Amino acid sequence: MRRAKMILVSVVVLALLAAPVSFGAEPRTSLTDIEDEVMCPICGTALNLSQAPQAERERELIRRLIAEGRTKQEIKDELVRQYGSEVLAVPSGSGFDLAAWLVPAGGVALAALALALAVRRWRARGRGGGPGEAEPPLTEADAKRVDSDLARYDL
Amino acid sequence: MGARAAVATVAVLAVLALLGYGLASKGEAKLALGDPVPDRELPRLDDEGKTGRIADYRGKWVLVNAWASWCDPCREESPDLERFHRRHRDEGLVVLGLNIQDNTADALEFIQKPNPDADAPPLTYPQLRSVGDERSRAFGMTGVPENFLVDPEGGIALIRRGPVDTAYLERFVLPLIRGNQ
Repeated sequence: MRRAKMILVSVVVLALLAAPVSFGAEPRTSLTDIEDEVMCPICGTALNLSQAPQAERERELIRRLIAEGRTKQEIKDELVRQYGSEVLAVPSGSGFDLAAWLVPAGGVALAALALALAVRRWRARGRGGGPGEAEPPLTEADAKRVDSDLARYDL
Repeated sequence: MGARAAVATVAVLAVLALLGYGLASKGEAKLALGDPVPDRELPRLDDEGKTGRIADYRGKWVLVNAWASWCDPCREESPDLERFHRRHRDEGLVVLGLNIQDNTADALEFIQKPNPDADAPPLTYPQLRSVGDERSRAFGMTGVPENFLVDPEGGIALIRRGPVDTAYLERFVLPLIRGNQ
């Protein structure tokens, strides 16, 4: 009986802890949360940086949609429907916009490849020039010159 | 040519092609008098669910007025456009609104109350709506409002990159309509 009570209490506690998580799955968004992720298409700047009349109307539309209880994604979808895909500050992952993701990624990959090749070459050169590797022997004239130079010092 | 040079050439060509494509896709049209008017099927703003295009009025003179609800000069010129449309529609003229860079709710409010300060009546001429900036690029617009008079064959007869008023319409638009009918 006591064990059953413990299980019941645990279930209730767990349910209470989980409730805010499930209710909070789609939190109410705010203007400041959205306006740095969308553009003022006419001004060519992020919405949070623009004070143009068109930007004010766009903000007003976002406020209306927030008041209607729309989620952030729903509001972005509506902005695209009203102003076109240019309203999104982050390019989409398809069509020509895909280049905005692929070109920097390709650049980073190429730079990494170039760096790896350069490191490999430096290491190979380092091994080739290290002690113990075969070097051309001194000629007799060079050896005499070294000896005469060393003789000048009192070593 | 070594493999390294070939790879470098391909990389440079790919970057140039990408830049070229980007510039071409962002390019703006340059309209001149006599050019065919840029046209495509667009949603009707004043008649939900229906579509329309400039060619629907072929055989008439069409004054295409590009506007946005957030644009004050657009509000100021709209009562004059409404009057001009009412006065001259029997002479084969249609004023056709082209709403751009706007959202539907604001645009609908605009045509109901175009100029609240002047207590202007609602706009009755037909209205098309273009999402985003696509039509402005097609017409090579630099802002709003802009006005384009299209002749009965679909050619550009007059370009006004700015607002119009009754004096302008009577001085520059009316003679073209009356002289070419």
